[in-house]
Formats: sequence, C-alpha cells, structure tokens
Amino acid sequence: MSANQKNNDLQLSSSSQQEFLTFVLGDENYALDIMTVKEIRGYEDVTKIANAPDYIKGVLNLRGDIVPIIDLRIKFEVGEATYDEFTIVIMLMIGERVVGIVVDEVSDVIKVDDEDIRPPPEFGVAFDSAYLHGLTTINEQMIILVNIQKLISSDELGLYDKSQKAEQE
Amino acid sequence: MSVDMSQFFGVFFEESHEHLEDMEHLLMELSLDSPDPEDLNSIFRAAHSIKGGSGVFGFDALTGLTHVMENILDLARKDELTITKPIVDQLLITVDTLKNILECYQNEDDIDWDSIEKGTVELEALLKKEGEQAATDDDEDDGFGFFDVPVQDDDDDFGFFEPLDEPVEQEEKGYGIYADEDAKKAAEGAVELDDEDDGFGFFDDEPSEAVEASATTENTNEDPAASQQKDNVKTTKTPVEQKPAAAAKEVASRKTAPKRTAKKTEVKESSSIRVDTMKIDSLVNLVGELVITQSMIKIVGKDVHGEVEEKLEGAIGELSRNIREIQEAVMSMRMLPMSFAFNRFPRVVRDLADKLAKDIELVIEGGATEIDKGMIEKLVDPLTHLIRNSVDHGVEMPDEREAAGKPRKGTVVLNAEQRGGSIIISITDDGAGLNRDKILEKALANGLDVAPDIDDSQVWQLIFEPGFSTAEAVTDVSGRGVGMDVVRRNIESIGGSVEIESVKGEGSVFRIRLPLTLAIVDGMCVAVNDQTFVIPLTNIIESMQPSAEQIKTIGNDRLLWVREEYWPLVPLHELMEIDGAITDPSNAIVVLVETSRKRFGLLVDGLEGQQQVVIKSLEQHYKRVAGVAGATIMGDGGVALILDIESIASVVTIPNQQTHQSEVSVVG
Repeated sequence: MSANQKNNDLQLSSSSQQEFLTFVLGDENYALDIMTVKEIRGYEDVTKIANAPDYIKGVLNLRGDIVPIIDLRIKFEVGEATYDEFTIVIMLMIGERVVGIVVDEVSDVIKVDDEDIRPPPEFGVAFDSAYLHGLTTINEQMIILVNIQKLISSDELGLYDKSQKAEQE
Repeated sequence: MSVDMSQFFGVFFEESHEHLEDMEHLLMELSLDSPDPEDLNSIFRAAHSIKGGSGVFGFDALTGLTHVMENILDLARKDELTITKPIVDQLLITVDTLKNILECYQNEDDIDWDSIEKGTVELEALLKKEGEQAATDDDEDDGFGFFDVPVQDDDDDFGFFEPLDEPVEQEEKGYGIYADEDAKKAAEGAVELDDEDDGFGFFDDEPSEAVEASATTENTNEDPAASQQKDNVKTTKTPVEQKPAAAAKEVASRKTAPKRTAKKTEVKESSSIRVDTMKIDSLVNLVGELVITQSMIKIVGKDVHGEVEEKLEGAIGELSRNIREIQEAVMSMRMLPMSFAFNRFPRVVRDLADKLAKDIELVIEGGATEIDKGMIEKLVDPLTHLIRNSVDHGVEMPDEREAAGKPRKGTVVLNAEQRGGSIIISITDDGAGLNRDKILEKALANGLDVAPDIDDSQVWQLIFEPGFSTAEAVTDVSGRGVGMDVVRRNIESIGGSVEIESVKGEGSVFRIRLPLTLAIVDGMCVAVNDQTFVIPLTNIIESMQPSAEQIKTIGNDRLLWVREEYWPLVPLHELMEIDGAITDPSNAIVVLVETSRKRFGLLVDGLEGQQQVVIKSLEQHYKRVAGVAGATIMGDGGVALILDIESIASVVTIPNQQTHQSEVSVVG
C-alpha cells in the first residue's frame, strides 16, 4: 500500500491521533477504529443461514435488528473457533449496517499517533495487507491496525450484495 | 418578506395533488341533471385552494389556469351555468393539465406553457359560450346581480368577463378574466386585496357576508375591507363599479347555502394530521419489539413461583391485552381505505369506454375496506391493467350485447372485501367471458406445453404467461401481451395471488387475494433440529405425517403420494443445510405447500404452532438469502427465518404433476 493511500484511509479523523480498540485473535493483537464500535457483548447462539460460508455464523437479534455475525478466526484461520462464556462479539457499525465479529478477547483502547503507524508487512499477517492500516507498537507489543470498514465491505467476505454496496456508496 | 417559502413547497405539492384527486373524483360523480351544490362547492374550493397556494408561492402557471377554472365552477355553483358533459370533459382535461404542471414544478422541469395556454383558451371559450347562454337565461329569470347589467349594456359582453374578447393577453399575465384587474388595482385597494389574497372577490360567499353586513347596516366598520370596498363602490362612479354594489345587494338579499358548507369542512380538516410514513413505520417496528419483549417476560414469568406468581400473571395478562390493542391501533394507522386506489378508476373506465365507443358503468363496492398503505401503492398498476382489460376485452360493443340479449350498457364491478386475514379484490365484468379455444390455440402457438383437456381454471392461468395476448388487433389500450404476466408478478411481489373465473357469454371475474399487511404475516412455525422456520399460512395446504407406503423414491428424490397425486418432497434441512434433522419422512412431518405455479411437500421435524410474526428485513444488515423472505424474532429473543415458498418453488423442478413417472430434482 502506498503512503498516499494510507493517508486517505486515515483521513476519517481530522486529528493526527486516532483511538483504536485492541482485540486478540489466536496469539495476535489487532486493533480497529473505535469509532466503528457500537457495542461489545458476549457470544450467544445465532440462527444459521443456509448457503453461507462457514465463517458467517448466522444472524442474531440486536434489539430488533437482524444482524449477521462473522467469526474472523475461521475466516483467517487464526486461533481456535471455540465458543464459551469468554468469547466476545464486537458489534460494528459500518456505514448504515451493523455486523458482529467474534474475537477471542478485547483488551484495551489505545491512542496512536499517525507517525507511529508503520506500513504493514506484505506477509506474516493473516489479513491481506489491503485490509490493514499498518502496524504499531505499544508496550513492546506489536499491534496490527485493521481497516475494518474495508474488510467488512470487501467482496472477499461477501457480506453484502454488490447492488447493496453500490447503494451505500 | 424574507421567509424561505421553499420549505412549504412540499406541503403545497402534496395538498394540491390531493385537491386535484378530489376534484377529479367529484367531477366524475357529478350528476349532470341535478348537480349537488355541495359537490360543486367542494370542487370550487379545491380549485380555489390550489390557486391561492400557487399564487403565494409564485407558481404562475397554476394560478392562471385554476383561476379560469374557478370562474366556471363559481358560475356553476351559483346555478348561473348549467354543467354539461363538454364542460365536465374540459374540466377533467384541465385537471390533467394541472397535474402535469404541478409535477413540472415539483421536479423543477420546464413548464409547458403551450398546454396551459391551450387549456385556458378552451376553458374560456366554454365559459364564454355557456356564460352567454347563462346570462341570457338569467335575464329572463329575473336577473342575477351584475350579469344582467352588461348584457343590457352591450349585448355581447358581461362586464367582469370582458377580457374574454382578448384572452391571449390575459393569459400572458397569468390572470383569469377579471375585466379591469389592472385598472382597478390603483383605485380599489380593498377589492384588489380580496381578489389576490382570497381569490374570492365578488364571487365569494364569505366576503359576501361582509358585504352583506355593510350593505345592510350602512358602513358599521364591522369589517374594514368590506366598508372600504363599499366606499370604493360609492366614490368611483364608473358603470362597472356600480355593478358590484348591485351585486353586493343582490348577494346580501340571498342567504346562500355555501356558507354552511364552509363551516362544515373546517371541522373535517382539523380531524386529521399529516404524519411522515417513516414515523409510523418506526412506531410499527417499536410495537413489534414490544410484542417480543412481552413474550420474553411471559417466559421468565414461568420461573416465578409462590405468592408473586399470581400477581405477576395478572400483570402480564394486562400487559398483553394492552400491547395487543396498541398493536392494532398502530397497524390501523398504516391502513388506508381501498378507495384511495379505487377512486381513479371511474375516470379510467370513462375515458376508455368513450374511446372504444362502449357504454360501461363502473360500480365500486367496498371502497371503505382498509388495506396497508404500502400495498395500495403497489396495487394501482395491476388493478389499472385488469380494469382496462375488462373494459377493452371483457365488455362487448353495445350492438353485440344487444344481439346477445344483454343490456347495451356493460357493467364492471370493482369490489374489495376483507375475509379473515386476507383482502379480496375482484373485478367482475358482464362481458363475453374468456375464450377457451383461443387461449389454448395461442398457448400452443407460443410453444407452451399444454394438454388440450386441462380444466378451465388452468386455461385461464395461461393468460398470465409472458407474451400472451389473444386480442386480434393490437390497440393502444391493450392487446400487446405486455402486462398480464407483469400483473401477476406485481401481485405476487406483495404476497398476493390472482384467480380467474369465467363463463362464456356471461363474463369473467378476476380475483386478487392479498394479505392484510406487509409488516405481519400469519405463519406456521416448524422445527428442523434446533432451528425454527416460519412458513406463511397462505402457502400451506395441510400438514401430515406420511406413512412409509406413501413415499416413493426415484433416483435420489422422493415423492409423496397424497390424494391421487405425486408431490415432490423437499427436505427443509437439506435446503437450509442443517445437520441432525430427521431424514426419514415417516418419522417426520410433511407440510404441503402451494404457490401459484407449483405444489410440493416440505419435510420438517415437527410443528411448533401457528402465530403472527413481525417481518424483519435480512437485507438491512446482510444480503438476500435464497429461499428466505425475511426473519422474525421469536418470543425467546431468538431469530427465526421466514421461508419464501415462492422462491423455494423456483428451485424445485416439477415437470408434470399428473404423470407418475416424473423426474424430480431439488437444487440447493
């Protein structure tokens, strides 16, 4: 990803500092833009949907909205897709749409200066680098900053129909 | 004034459209022999309101035309002009023109001034012609205020209606036909005000009250405008100005009925408010939530025991009763009487019958039947098509009818009624009926695979096939075969179905069956392993537990032998990819379902019960899922998918249900 593109992605917040929510998938630490987070809740049973890939767990009732739940652990083959009382679902608001992602753990809210974000590596991360903002280090721990908007609305995840996306844009 | 008027445009457009609808409706209803003065008044008021509003907002094109219209109507309601069919026709055309102009303004398109000019000229020509007649009649009838005066003065002219002689000039100003509007402007402030603000001027009943007051009590300052007007009348001694005085007295001496109606409508108007449908929709959603929450409480309540149990039970009972009432009330807000859709059809039938030189009466029944607003909008097109079809193809020419021993006048009945959870709309004509042979012939010509001995109801369904038309000549009315398939598709898209009944020589009935509302569906909850699905009741024929003998296997597919017919068996767990479901049909339940085209059996684990469910969209946060119409939230807070039997049917291939050796395959 060129530096130019990266800047575009980060323009969502006008300040040079952004807040991220960090979460754990398997052994890796990730973070996503806190502004997209609607709420964090425990995992509960979902209703399966036919003809959907296995990482789309199904849909659940979020106060009257029927919201799809996806398990990023299955999608990116990190960690083990187990469901217990500690399994966390982060409800995200992407544009007008709500989607829940299943993660192993939610750890912290961090503030990251733009200059502390380094370009993402081309390999070694489960996510395609196209869906990453970059890397940063907090307390000597590497954190992968995910461009969650781009990931959720990507064709790779296939959450939305093409026509729906056109409408959104 | 620096108020931004554009914020009121929306309201004006909406109201004007309503007024135009009213006008059209009332004009259609108007009996030519004895027009109801009440109706004439309503039409007049509608025209007047549009004129008033358009004047304020500067929509000149509307102002000019409505003004002329208003004049004709005003004469008519004062009995000074006899309403004839040509007048009604011209007024209806004017209504159409006004609709077009309104849309132009709404879409900020260019105004078609030519059509306005044409409309105005034609209207004025009518007014002149009829007015002349009226004026002469009036003369004999002892006179009506100022109308007789001009006639006496100069045969050819009627005082206020002078500019008729040079109509074009007047149109350019965008004003109607008040003779000396410009001349008077300077001299007559008050009168001018009346004209501009109210558009009533001398023709109005309300100001006439004022005039009456001042005329009888000689300037008692009760109404400054009126007294001023009186002053003006007194001071300017031109012949024209004296006429209003005469008119005022004339009017004053007659207590007219319209005053009463003006008061009546005020009451009517204040009894309703305009609400954005979005707000109602969100209310409907919230009530849906409430219903779900209430069933949750009910479930929790089962765990409560002892002293509290009874109290809680009572409270929950009360709560559910209240919620049910709220739900009904909220749903009723979305409901509109069917007449919203029906009201346009008298016009459609009238125009079409005129064009085809047929004599047809449209009878509307059950206009008060209420139906979901969203459905009304989607019903208009299919209904229009079906009605045009009945008028064009159904009802014969008067001569033919006479030869067949029927009255020359054909009848088309449009009826709506509620039966249980459905609305039935039927279009009945007493025409020639569908021609079985012709339809079969056409079907074969179109390459449809049809057995010659199929029963009538199946033959009639053929006309819904794409590209089907048996009309010998393609007219601009119908007969291109574009439509009937669209009609069916439109109706199915709102969860309805169409049936046809037809008897040769006696007529046909097109019957549309619709669910009451789009927001709630009556469904049967079925279980497949640990998941619940909802099958809309409208699709279900029956549920049964088949015996092993009833199941026949062909290849990998199974058929169910019920009532001398083989039904393809679709295991729902395969369709919905659920493991751990019962696969042996003799241990499971089969729900026999039907769509407009296919019938098949759905294999499920068991039935959970029938209930009303609130339909939620899956597409709002996800995408369309094949075979699923939507989702709903069950009492325990879980999500159940509502099956779309219509789309499941499309993946079930059924070559022919009649033949026993049919090959059945299920995709998905």
